[in-house]
Amino acid sequence: MRAFRLIKVAGKSIIKNKMRTLLTMLGIIIGVGAVIIMVAIGEGAQSQIEEQIQNLGTNMLVITPGAANAGGVSQGSGSFNRLRGEDADKIRNESIYAAGVSEVIFTRTQIVGGAGNWRSTIHGVTTDYPIIRDWDLSSGRFFDASEERTGKKVLILGATIAENLFPDRDPVGERVLVRNVPMDVIGVLEPKGQTADGNDQDDVALAPVLTVQRRLSNWSFIRQILVNTYSPDDIPEAQEEIKAIMRESHGLAAWEPDDFEIRNQEQLSEAAQGTTEVMTALLAAIASISLLVGGIGIMNIMLVSVTERTREIGIRMAIGARGGDVLTQFLIESIVMSILGGALGIALGMGGSALLGSTMGWATAVNTQTVVIAIVFSAAVGIFFGFYPARKAAKLNPIDALRFE
Amino acid sequence: MSESNAVIQVRQVTKTYTMGSNKVHALQGVDMEVQPGELLAIMGASGSGKSTLMNIIGGLDYPTSGSYHLDGIEVNKLSKNELADIRNHKIGFVFQGFNLLARTSAIENTELPLLYDRQNRHKNHREAARKSLERVGLGERVDHHPNELSGGQQQRVAIARALVTNPSIVLADEPTGNLDSQTTVEVMQLFQELNDEGVTIILVTHEDEVARYAKRIVELRDGNIIKDITQEPDSAADDLKALIARKAAAEAATTPSETETVDAG
Ligand SMILES: Nc1ncnc2c1ncn2[C@@H]1O[C@H](COP(=O)(O)OP(=O)(O)OP(=O)(O)O)[C@@H](O)[C@H]1O
Ligand SMILES: [Mg+2]
Repeated sequence: MRAFRLIKVAGKSIIKNKMRTLLTMLGIIIGVGAVIIMVAIGEGAQSQIEEQIQNLGTNMLVITPGAANAGGVSQGSGSFNRLRGEDADKIRNESIYAAGVSEVIFTRTQIVGGAGNWRSTIHGVTTDYPIIRDWDLSSGRFFDASEERTGKKVLILGATIAENLFPDRDPVGERVLVRNVPMDVIGVLEPKGQTADGNDQDDVALAPVLTVQRRLSNWSFIRQILVNTYSPDDIPEAQEEIKAIMRESHGLAAWEPDDFEIRNQEQLSEAAQGTTEVMTALLAAIASISLLVGGIGIMNIMLVSVTERTREIGIRMAIGARGGDVLTQFLIESIVMSILGGALGIALGMGGSALLGSTMGWATAVNTQTVVIAIVFSAAVGIFFGFYPARKAAKLNPIDALRFE
Repeated sequence: MSESNAVIQVRQVTKTYTMGSNKVHALQGVDMEVQPGELLAIMGASGSGKSTLMNIIGGLDYPTSGSYHLDGIEVNKLSKNELADIRNHKIGFVFQGFNLLARTSAIENTELPLLYDRQNRHKNHREAARKSLERVGLGERVDHHPNELSGGQQQRVAIARALVTNPSIVLADEPTGNLDSQTTVEVMQLFQELNDEGVTIILVTHEDEVARYAKRIVELRDGNIIKDITQEPDSAADDLKALIARKAAAEAATTPSETETVDAG
């Protein structure tokens, strides 16, 4: 009952000094709001990247050339530092874990047709590619083995190219010009969206490897070999096996380091996640500092308020308030203010991250854990930074406090 | 200690204020005993130590030396919390200069001491505060804030606050300092009434007009008691009746001419 009455007194004092209350809470509001928004951004980016990596396809290994050439030490003349069709063929023939294998070669070029022209990248791939990448078609079909073997002039468009060149119709059956070579559009890929760093995955066209090499770009070498396994459990063994095959294919002696790199999805996502984790931590640190500043703001205003209200404290003590009563009153005031500020900050944070989510197209869900932590933290800020001023008030001598001014 | 049943027993109390190298001897060895049911006026020139003595008696301040017993308890030896409780329960203090909370209504000011009453003797704080305000004639002003009240009304809120806990001792430092003559008599009538009910009252004043109504007068000079007399008090109730009658008569005499002035204007 007494505690309840003291809370009421604190509440009245908070309401009576609206401006002071608002200024006190502002730091906490901004601090908590910032923490929630920043954590939401960090987690949004993280889940975005995870989704992206999932998008690459399941059970996938990516072989890239020459990253083992660490420290810039040049390798002997025996090393190619390059991927060749033979490497892919050898994996196809010898690996027992590989379900599908696809070379990937890139060429950047203009595609002319339909509504005009569009600059994009054409990937030369094999028939295994859509399975490895887990990438379906929204229209038409993929090229088949015979088209691949003979290097037919067929093209599968990514969603972005399809939209830009053929905004009003299905591009399947249309003919486009690539470096003056007429090519038939036989399919359109399903949209995959953007990567975390803003690359449009759909701004791409696919053609058979041979077609790209022979007809479009006689100097394009293999940038990647993609391999998928039958099951995710096979990944470690597959990685070992393919490593051995690649070393043999490149004729590396036992003492020579790999001149290629094989990464699985986990390693890919680890690299990406490492970056976002650092980002999240950094954002959280910045936000925490603003929360700390908010807390100091509370202490500052409470201290001023103790001085300003010395007479009030004196009156209360003169009519029988104990030091503890005064302490409780001031402590409740600062806790109520910081929790109120925390609640407003949560509202701000939720609104802010929802807004960010809708403008950036991110899934920025605010999780309950962050909210609970924010509330507990702001209450703690209230107690911690409210205690010193409250104790200062409680220690006042009634007669001195009454004489103050 | 003596076997007296005095409520207040001040012995050789001194109070020295040190301000840098300057020492102010506000009280220089005061001896005073107050029996239950007394109505005592402390008089003296400004700076003679009246408020200093009142603050010590009220448990707001400690003496520099000497002892002070309240109801047989040595107040100097009490802890801060015990002292706070005594200020709350036993003593109703009317301060020189009201000391009301600003931006807080009369009734909230009045019920404030009940908030700190650990024995919780009043269930309904609002009701107790309202009764106390009615007692001092402010029943219609309960929701007014101090800045919306006249000096005399603020003084009466301060008195209502002192009375709300039903204290056995009321200490009032210049309770009529801001009041006109009629209100002064009204307040003194209230104190006499309370005194008749058995409340011990000590008030500070430097007006003989006020001291007339006390049963005993103690006079201070430079921190020493120079006079301590007992007297037959005048009745404030009678004076008030006479005052009102005189006023009514004066009003009756002036009313016609006033009306004429208004008409002429
Ligand atoms: N806190 C203080 N510090 C220093 N000196 C003080 C303090 N309080 C009172 N004094 C001095 O003590 C003396 C007695 O003061 P006190 O307030 O008791 O006078 P008083 O009799 O109540 O006067 P008044 O009629 O003006 O209220 C004065 O000389 C005053 O200057
Ligand atoms: Mg005084």
